Amino acid sequence: MSSTAIELKNISKYFGSVVANKNVSLSVKRGEVLAILGENGSGKTTLMNMISGIYFPDEGEIFIDGEKATIHSPKDAFGYKIGMIHQHFKLIDVFSAAQNIVLGIEDKKRFNMKEYISRIEEIDKQYGFEIDPKKKIYEMSVSEKQTVEIIKVLFRGADILILDEPTAVLTPQETKKLFRILKKMRDDGKAIIIITHKLHEVLEISNRVSVLRKGEYVGTVETANTTETELTELMVGKKVELNIERKEPENTARRLEVKNLTCMDREGNKVLDSVSFTACSGEILGIAGIAGSGQRELLEAISGLQQISVGEIIYDNPKTGETESLVGKTPLQIREMGVRLSFVPEDRLGMGLVGNMDIVDNMMLRSYRRGKGAFLERKGPRELADKIIKNLRVVTPGLSTPVRRLSGGNVQKVLVGREIAASPTVLMAAYPVRGLDINSSYTIYDLLNEQKKKGVAVIFVGEDLDVLLELCDRILVIGGGKITGIVDARDTTKEEIGLLMTKSGDDKKEENEDE
Amino acid sequence: MNNIKSILNLSNYHIAKRDVIPWWQSYLIRVIAILVALVVCGVITIALTDLNPIEVYVTMFEGAFMTPRRVWFVLQNTAMLLCVALAVTPAFKMKFWNIGAEGQVLMGGFATAFCVIVFGEKLPTSVLIPVMVLTSIIAGAIWGLIPAIFKSIWNSNETLFTLMMNYIATQIVAYYSLEWSVPKGSGTPRILEKGMLPSLMGNDYLINILVVLAITIFMYIYLKYSKQGYEISVVGESENTARYIGVNVKKVINRTMILSGAICGIAGFLLVAGTDHSIKSDTAGGRGFTAIMVSWLAKFNPIIMILTSFLIVFLDRGASQISERFRLNDSFSDIITGIIIFFIIGCEFFINYTIKRVKTEGGENK
Repeated sequence: MSSTAIELKNISKYFGSVVANKNVSLSVKRGEVLAILGENGSGKTTLMNMISGIYFPDEGEIFIDGEKATIHSPKDAFGYKIGMIHQHFKLIDVFSAAQNIVLGIEDKKRFNMKEYISRIEEIDKQYGFEIDPKKKIYEMSVSEKQTVEIIKVLFRGADILILDEPTAVLTPQETKKLFRILKKMRDDGKAIIIITHKLHEVLEISNRVSVLRKGEYVGTVETANTTETELTELMVGKKVELNIERKEPENTARRLEVKNLTCMDREGNKVLDSVSFTACSGEILGIAGIAGSGQRELLEAISGLQQISVGEIIYDNPKTGETESLVGKTPLQIREMGVRLSFVPEDRLGMGLVGNMDIVDNMMLRSYRRGKGAFLERKGPRELADKIIKNLRVVTPGLSTPVRRLSGGNVQKVLVGREIAASPTVLMAAYPVRGLDINSSYTIYDLLNEQKKKGVAVIFVGEDLDVLLELCDRILVIGGGKITGIVDARDTTKEEIGLLMTKSGDDKKEENEDE
Repeated sequence: MNNIKSILNLSNYHIAKRDVIPWWQSYLIRVIAILVALVVCGVITIALTDLNPIEVYVTMFEGAFMTPRRVWFVLQNTAMLLCVALAVTPAFKMKFWNIGAEGQVLMGGFATAFCVIVFGEKLPTSVLIPVMVLTSIIAGAIWGLIPAIFKSIWNSNETLFTLMMNYIATQIVAYYSLEWSVPKGSGTPRILEKGMLPSLMGNDYLINILVVLAITIFMYIYLKYSKQGYEISVVGESENTARYIGVNVKKVINRTMILSGAICGIAGFLLVAGTDHSIKSDTAGGRGFTAIMVSWLAKFNPIIMILTSFLIVFLDRGASQISERFRLNDSFSDIITGIIIFFIIGCEFFINYTIKRVKTEGGENK
């Protein structure tokens, strides 16, 4: 079975004056994995959304099994046996896996959950998934949720699968498992399209790679005949230095000390368990861990957004030379004390920025209280917005464009740019490069390094271990809300960190003493 | 032949979101929508009543503008509707679904009437009027604050809560208007004399209109240029973001509802002391609900609200003139008003979206 499953011919899509895709042509055969590679805003997701019926192409045609297809809705897409696994899962939290999987199925027969569950179990067996159909979504890990999404499309009989950055939220181990399953499906004759930014994954999983650049189709190469460097060149159009510059930390001093920090979630489970560490000025402290191990809660606790059950957070104010405690203070109080914590939240549009406001108004989010009187002062924010757009090369039609219209990378630049402009003494960044292309990622790394040079204590929560190893001075590994180790980034290995990430945290005392 | 087929084939069309379009284009679309609405209304008028639609439209204008008295009536009603619309705007911008403006207005009016009846004989007018204004502002603000407090402490649903508060207000006013009626219990509302707003330059309603104009300017500046207005937008867009930047969300909700209720209270004061000179349970006259439409139609822009409230009042006034003049029942004027509003709201779709035709090799290029 090596017939062409799906073929795109001269597809174009415009959003107003923005060109998302222009003259894209590519094809996927049955029994192969095609990787789609491209910088942020290069139109990968838009292209896939047109195949899965969320958008409709403005120009061009789609052929499925050689016949012209019109895909107006996700339902049409299912009709053509196309299934898409989105970057952001579309599941109902309070439903079980099985309920989510069968949701929306129109069967002429009587609804028979038992029969459905046995069919789900068959799929599980066939491809080696391990999922309990009766488990509720809110009890699941990210990787389990993704599995449910995959089973959902298989259950509907999809034989063309599209995965939008499936590994962004997975640990290395989970990624390996996913790739095993994808290979099985490929060998089973399914056509698979995978979007990813990680070049080594492209090389590992795909048969061919199609590259997009700024919405335009650059070309397709056979994976076997290509290298990481060649792909990077195709993608960005020019050679990119893959090394991150790391200077030795200078004049380090204690800036922030967390002692025995414990936090509970609403159900009373410990999300952080006796966490202790020190962050120093002039160094980048990396935080590694499987997604959802307590990274978010840790940063929120420091910035006053998370209720603290036990523990201390001590801050050495470089301005006054005084030592202050941050526990029990609101975010506003923390700032009024003169303690400046800049926090780039994971959920960019949900917390750090307001999607419907323009860049200028978003610049004001942190500083709008400045100045006397009841009125806003927009001159400073406007200048700042101008500066950020110029220095970080933000692609935007103008200052008054709502930020939700910008691509992910540009949104992130706006957010990080604003946080850094507040000249922080402690800069916390959670997944600042998630979903960013190489060029934008390096812009962010440079910014963090610059802050380190200025004597800021940088705390960087990352997911790409290679980046953590190259960028950070020390790496704190967190697992299940506990610190499983703090290591020197200069003489550790990926394997060591990977091991610490999967550790439950019981042996953490030894590790801490080693520090 | 192929061409025609591809033009008629519906699957060749799809809806796409527009980029921002120039302001004149969006106004052009709106004007076209109103013209189309008038044509549709004309067709329906002929079909249902055999009347000449032009004559009907002329009658609408006559109803609203024929005599100075009618013009003042329309202006006064526009001002009062606008006032309530301005009051609900900050709440809706904050995504606090305040459908209790009706009750807040009534309580403001009730407070005004209460002051007149209790202090009317004891206080000089120069003291009485400020007391009336103050108490009605407080009454409206309290009526707005109660649901806000329940929301911020127990996260109660503000839509149901504000709605229920309307019924309470209506009942309180119904009880007292019977109590105060002359003779007592007859139901004939007492005409208030003390503390009523004087006519300015011979126009009874001029003070009302000027006050509302001032509130309009205040609200425009408040929402766009003040720190509090900015906080309202942030809370409305995302409570998480608001928390993250250190905004006290509960405080903003309470403060905004006090403001919303207070302006409703002023509206109640103006209705009782400036227009009706009496209080009844229907003094608010459904404005608390119509105002929500006025506010949304104007996309929360106070200046545009002048136009939208004028439009609603004009349609209402014109429609009732049609019913009187041609002896049609009220339903007919409701149909006309409904069609026009449908087109005005419906044209927003064409401002935000565009219908595109797919260019395929088999279609246009051949």
